[in-house]
Amino acid sequence: MDWVAIVAGILVIGGAFLAMIGTYGTLRLPDLYTRLHAASVTDTLATFMVLAGLAIPSLVAGEWLIAVKLLFILIFLWFTSPIASYALGHAAFFAAQKPKLDHDLTDGEGGMT
Amino acid sequence: MVRALGLLVFLAATWLLLSGIYDHSLLYWLGAASCLLCVFIARRMDVVDHEGAPLELGWRIIVYWPWLFVEIVKANIDVIGRLLHPTPNISPTLVRSKTLQRTDLGRVIYANSITLTPGTLSIDVDDEKGILIHALSRDGAEGVLTDDMNRRCAALESDKLHARAQKDMTS
Repeated sequence: MDWVAIVAGILVIGGAFLAMIGTYGTLRLPDLYTRLHAASVTDTLATFMVLAGLAIPSLVAGEWLIAVKLLFILIFLWFTSPIASYALGHAAFFAAQKPKLDHDLTDGEGGMT
Repeated sequence: MVRALGLLVFLAATWLLLSGIYDHSLLYWLGAASCLLCVFIARRMDVVDHEGAPLELGWRIIVYWPWLFVEIVKANIDVIGRLLHPTPNISPTLVRSKTLQRTDLGRVIYANSITLTPGTLSIDVDDEKGILIHALSRDGAEGVLTDDMNRRCAALESDKLHARAQKDMTS
Protein backbone atom coordinates (compact mmCIF):
# COMPACT_ATOMS: atom_id res chain seq x y z
CA MET A 1 0.00 0.00 0.00
CA ASP A 2 1.46 3.35 -0.97
CA TRP A 3 1.40 6.49 1.11
CA VAL A 4 -1.24 8.19 -1.07
CA ALA A 5 -3.83 5.55 -0.31
CA ILE A 6 -2.93 5.68 3.39
CA VAL A 7 -3.25 9.49 3.68
CA ALA A 8 -6.46 9.53 1.63
CA GLY A 9 -7.88 6.67 3.68
CA ILE A 10 -7.09 8.41 6.97
CA LEU A 11 -8.77 11.62 5.75
CA VAL A 12 -11.91 9.90 4.47
CA ILE A 13 -12.31 7.68 7.54
CA GLY A 14 -11.54 10.63 9.83
CA GLY A 15 -14.17 12.71 8.04
CA ALA A 16 -16.71 9.91 8.38
CA PHE A 17 -15.84 9.65 12.08
CA LEU A 18 -16.37 13.40 12.56
CA ALA A 19 -19.72 13.14 10.76
CA MET A 20 -20.61 10.41 13.26
CA ILE A 21 -19.65 12.66 16.19
CA GLY A 22 -21.78 15.43 14.68
CA THR A 23 -24.72 13.04 14.42
CA TYR A 24 -24.19 11.85 17.99
CA GLY A 25 -24.16 15.49 19.14
CA THR A 26 -27.33 16.24 17.19
CA LEU A 27 -29.11 13.45 19.05
CA ARG A 28 -27.53 14.09 22.43
CA LEU A 29 -27.79 17.87 22.92
CA PRO A 30 -30.84 19.44 24.56
CA ASP A 31 -32.36 21.99 22.12
CA LEU A 32 -32.44 23.11 18.50
CA TYR A 33 -29.69 25.75 18.81
CA THR A 34 -27.12 23.49 20.47
CA ARG A 35 -27.98 20.77 17.95
CA LEU A 36 -27.23 23.17 15.10
CA HIS A 37 -23.72 23.59 16.57
CA ALA A 38 -23.21 19.83 16.47
CA ALA A 39 -24.56 19.65 12.91
CA SER A 40 -22.11 22.35 11.79
CA VAL A 41 -19.21 20.03 12.66
CA THR A 42 -20.56 17.69 9.96
CA ASP A 43 -21.04 20.64 7.61
CA THR A 44 -17.52 22.03 7.88
CA LEU A 45 -14.58 19.86 8.93
CA ALA A 46 -16.10 16.45 8.16
CA THR A 47 -17.00 17.54 4.62
CA PHE A 48 -13.57 19.07 4.14
CA MET A 49 -11.77 15.92 5.26
CA VAL A 50 -13.81 13.59 3.05
CA LEU A 51 -13.38 15.87 -0.01
CA ALA A 52 -9.65 16.32 0.67
CA GLY A 53 -9.30 12.55 0.96
CA LEU A 54 -10.94 12.20 -2.44
CA ALA A 55 -8.92 15.01 -4.01
CA ILE A 56 -5.43 13.86 -2.99
CA PRO A 57 -5.31 10.63 -5.09
CA SER A 58 -6.63 12.46 -8.16
CA LEU A 59 -4.04 15.23 -7.68
CA VAL A 60 -1.23 12.67 -7.41
CA ALA A 61 -2.51 10.92 -10.53
CA GLY A 62 -2.37 14.27 -12.36
CA GLU A 63 -6.16 14.54 -12.68
CA TRP A 64 -6.26 18.06 -11.27
CA LEU A 65 -9.60 18.86 -12.91
CA ILE A 66 -11.28 16.37 -10.58
CA ALA A 67 -9.66 18.08 -7.59
CA VAL A 68 -10.92 21.45 -8.86
CA LYS A 69 -14.47 20.06 -9.08
CA LEU A 70 -14.21 18.77 -5.51
CA LEU A 71 -12.99 22.24 -4.47
CA PHE A 72 -16.07 23.74 -6.14
CA ILE A 73 -18.28 21.39 -4.11
CA LEU A 74 -16.52 22.50 -0.92
CA ILE A 75 -16.89 26.19 -1.77
CA PHE A 76 -20.60 25.84 -2.61
CA LEU A 77 -21.23 23.89 0.60
CA TRP A 78 -19.35 26.37 2.77
CA PHE A 79 -21.18 29.28 1.17
CA THR A 80 -24.66 27.79 1.53
CA SER A 81 -24.64 25.86 4.82
CA PRO A 82 -24.36 28.96 7.08
CA ILE A 83 -27.37 30.45 5.27
CA ALA A 84 -29.40 27.32 6.01
CA SER A 85 -28.31 27.36 9.67
CA TYR A 86 -29.17 31.06 9.93
CA ALA A 87 -32.62 30.45 8.40
CA LEU A 88 -33.32 27.66 10.89
CA GLY A 89 -32.05 29.53 13.94
CA HIS A 90 -33.71 32.81 12.94
CA ALA A 91 -37.08 31.16 12.24
CA ALA A 92 -37.02 29.19 15.48
CA PHE A 93 -36.01 32.19 17.60
CA PHE A 94 -38.75 34.45 16.26
CA ALA A 95 -41.33 31.67 16.53
CA ALA A 96 -40.74 32.09 20.30
CA GLN A 97 -38.74 28.87 20.54
CA LYS A 98 -36.45 30.37 23.18
CA PRO A 99 -33.10 28.64 23.72
CA LYS A 100 -32.17 26.90 26.97
CA LEU A 101 -29.44 29.17 28.28
CA ASP A 102 -26.83 29.07 31.03
CA HIS A 103 -25.76 32.68 30.50
CA ASP A 104 -27.49 35.58 28.78
CA LEU A 105 -25.08 38.41 27.98
CA THR A 106 -27.76 40.44 26.17
CA ASP A 107 -30.47 42.61 27.77
CA GLY A 108 -32.69 39.65 28.50
CA GLU A 109 -33.44 38.87 24.86
CA GLY A 110 -33.14 35.16 25.51
CA GLY A 111 -36.29 35.26 27.63
CA MET A 112 -34.47 34.54 30.92
CA THR A 113 -35.64 36.59 33.88
CA MET B 1 -19.45 47.46 -17.39
CA VAL B 2 -16.16 46.49 -15.75
CA ARG B 3 -18.18 44.44 -13.29
CA ALA B 4 -20.06 42.62 -16.09
CA LEU B 5 -16.70 41.87 -17.72
CA GLY B 6 -15.34 40.53 -14.44
CA LEU B 7 -18.40 38.30 -14.12
CA LEU B 8 -17.88 37.08 -17.70
CA VAL B 9 -14.24 36.18 -17.00
CA PHE B 10 -15.25 34.38 -13.80
CA LEU B 11 -18.02 32.43 -15.58
CA ALA B 12 -15.69 31.50 -18.45
CA ALA B 13 -13.06 30.22 -16.01
CA THR B 14 -15.69 28.20 -14.15
CA TRP B 15 -16.97 26.74 -17.41
CA LEU B 16 -13.47 25.78 -18.56
CA LEU B 17 -12.67 24.09 -15.25
CA LEU B 18 -15.97 22.18 -15.15
CA SER B 19 -15.91 21.12 -18.80
CA GLY B 20 -12.53 19.37 -19.00
CA ILE B 21 -12.98 18.63 -22.73
CA TYR B 22 -10.73 20.94 -24.71
CA ASP B 23 -10.65 19.41 -28.24
CA HIS B 24 -14.07 20.24 -29.66
CA SER B 25 -14.54 23.75 -31.03
CA LEU B 26 -18.34 23.38 -30.90
CA LEU B 27 -18.19 23.10 -27.10
CA TYR B 28 -16.27 26.38 -26.87
CA TRP B 29 -18.99 28.15 -28.85
CA LEU B 30 -21.71 26.68 -26.65
CA GLY B 31 -19.75 27.62 -23.52
CA ALA B 32 -19.16 31.17 -24.70
CA ALA B 33 -22.86 31.49 -25.61
CA SER B 34 -24.02 30.29 -22.20
CA CYS B 35 -21.58 32.62 -20.37
CA LEU B 36 -22.78 35.61 -22.40
CA LEU B 37 -26.43 34.64 -21.86
CA CYS B 38 -25.82 34.43 -18.09
CA VAL B 39 -24.20 37.88 -17.98
CA PHE B 40 -27.03 39.30 -20.12
CA ILE B 41 -29.73 37.86 -17.83
CA ALA B 42 -27.84 38.98 -14.71
CA ARG B 43 -27.65 42.52 -16.07
CA ARG B 44 -31.35 42.49 -16.97
CA MET B 45 -32.12 41.35 -13.41
CA ASP B 46 -29.94 44.20 -12.14
CA VAL B 47 -27.92 41.92 -9.84
CA VAL B 48 -24.48 42.77 -11.26
CA ASP B 49 -23.71 45.24 -8.45
CA HIS B 50 -21.22 45.38 -5.58
CA GLU B 51 -23.03 42.45 -3.93
CA GLY B 52 -23.55 40.24 -6.96
CA ALA B 53 -19.98 40.60 -8.25
CA PRO B 54 -17.91 42.06 -5.38
CA LEU B 55 -14.70 42.78 -7.28
CA GLU B 56 -13.79 45.38 -4.64
CA LEU B 57 -13.05 42.63 -2.11
CA GLY B 58 -10.12 41.62 -4.31
CA TRP B 59 -7.02 40.27 -2.58
CA ARG B 60 -8.40 41.01 0.87
CA ILE B 61 -10.83 38.09 0.73
CA ILE B 62 -8.00 35.78 -0.46
CA VAL B 63 -6.07 36.69 2.69
CA TYR B 64 -9.19 36.34 4.87
CA TRP B 65 -10.20 32.83 3.76
CA PRO B 66 -7.09 30.97 5.01
CA TRP B 67 -7.42 32.73 8.38
CA LEU B 68 -11.12 31.76 8.52
CA PHE B 69 -10.21 28.17 7.61
CA VAL B 70 -7.79 27.92 10.55
CA GLU B 71 -10.48 29.38 12.84
CA ILE B 72 -12.98 26.79 11.58
CA VAL B 73 -10.57 23.93 12.29
CA LYS B 74 -9.81 25.26 15.80
CA ALA B 75 -13.52 25.73 16.57
CA ASN B 76 -14.27 22.22 15.28
CA ILE B 77 -11.70 20.68 17.61
CA ASP B 78 -13.17 22.65 20.54
CA VAL B 79 -16.76 21.59 19.79
CA ILE B 80 -15.80 17.93 19.22
CA GLY B 81 -13.98 17.94 22.57
CA ARG B 82 -17.11 19.27 24.28
CA LEU B 83 -19.34 16.70 22.57
CA LEU B 84 -17.14 13.74 23.51
CA HIS B 85 -17.30 14.65 27.20
CA PRO B 86 -19.32 12.00 29.12
CA THR B 87 -21.99 14.63 29.76
CA PRO B 88 -21.71 17.27 26.99
CA ASN B 89 -19.60 20.06 28.43
CA ILE B 90 -21.75 22.98 27.27
CA SER B 91 -23.01 26.26 28.71
CA PRO B 92 -25.26 27.84 26.05
CA THR B 93 -24.86 31.62 25.96
CA LEU B 94 -26.64 34.36 24.08
CA VAL B 95 -24.68 37.47 23.13
CA ARG B 96 -24.97 40.55 20.91
CA SER B 97 -22.00 41.65 18.81
CA LYS B 98 -21.98 45.25 17.57
CA THR B 99 -21.00 45.16 13.92
CA LEU B 100 -18.04 47.29 12.88
CA GLN B 101 -18.72 46.85 9.15
CA ARG B 102 -20.00 49.74 7.08
CA THR B 103 -21.77 47.80 4.29
CA ASP B 104 -24.38 45.06 4.16
CA LEU B 105 -21.91 42.86 2.29
CA GLY B 106 -19.41 43.10 5.17
CA ARG B 107 -22.12 42.32 7.72
CA VAL B 108 -23.22 39.26 5.74
CA ILE B 109 -19.63 38.02 5.54
CA TYR B 110 -19.26 38.51 9.30
CA ALA B 111 -22.56 36.78 10.15
CA ASN B 112 -21.80 33.86 7.85
CA SER B 113 -18.27 33.52 9.24
CA ILE B 114 -19.76 33.31 12.74
CA THR B 115 -22.18 30.59 11.68
CA LEU B 116 -19.51 28.71 9.74
CA THR B 117 -17.31 28.35 12.82
CA PRO B 118 -18.92 25.60 14.92
CA GLY B 119 -19.82 26.69 18.44
CA THR B 120 -21.22 30.06 17.41
CA LEU B 121 -24.43 30.66 15.45
CA SER B 122 -25.81 33.99 14.30
CA ILE B 123 -29.56 34.21 14.89
CA ASP B 124 -30.47 37.79 13.99
CA VAL B 125 -28.67 40.54 12.09
CA ASP B 126 -29.76 44.05 13.07
CA ASP B 127 -28.13 47.28 11.89
CA GLU B 128 -28.44 49.09 15.23
CA LYS B 129 -28.35 46.33 17.83
CA GLY B 130 -25.72 44.18 16.12
CA ILE B 131 -25.74 40.43 15.52
CA LEU B 132 -27.50 38.14 17.99
CA ILE B 133 -25.26 35.11 18.54
CA HIS B 134 -25.97 31.79 20.23
CA ALA B 135 -22.77 30.20 21.50
CA LEU B 136 -22.35 26.62 22.67
CA SER B 137 -20.13 27.70 25.56
CA ARG B 138 -19.44 30.85 27.53
CA ASP B 139 -15.81 30.72 26.29
CA GLY B 140 -17.08 30.80 22.70
CA ALA B 141 -19.28 33.82 23.46
CA GLU B 142 -16.36 35.64 25.06
CA GLY B 143 -14.25 34.76 22.02
CA VAL B 144 -16.82 36.56 19.86
CA LEU B 145 -16.71 39.58 22.18
CA THR B 146 -12.96 40.04 21.56
CA ASP B 147 -14.11 41.30 18.10
CA ASP B 148 -11.16 39.74 16.29
CA MET B 149 -13.28 38.35 13.44
CA ASN B 150 -15.43 41.49 13.52
CA ARG B 151 -12.39 43.71 12.87
CA ARG B 152 -11.05 41.43 10.15
CA CYS B 153 -14.42 41.51 8.34
CA ALA B 154 -14.51 45.30 8.64
CA ALA B 155 -10.99 45.43 7.15
CA LEU B 156 -12.33 43.57 4.08
CA GLU B 157 -14.28 46.66 3.07
CA SER B 158 -12.20 49.06 1.06
CA ASP B 159 -13.28 52.70 0.78
CA LYS B 160 -14.12 51.91 -2.83
CA LEU B 161 -16.60 49.23 -1.77
CA HIS B 162 -18.19 51.60 0.74
CA ALA B 163 -18.57 54.35 -1.87
CA ARG B 164 -20.00 51.83 -4.35
CA ALA B 165 -22.49 50.49 -1.79
CA GLN B 166 -23.79 53.99 -1.09
CA LYS B 167 -24.11 54.70 -4.79
CA ASP B 168 -25.94 51.42 -5.50
CA MET B 169 -28.28 52.06 -2.60
CA THR B 170 -29.39 55.46 -3.82
CA SER B 171 -29.67 54.54 -7.51
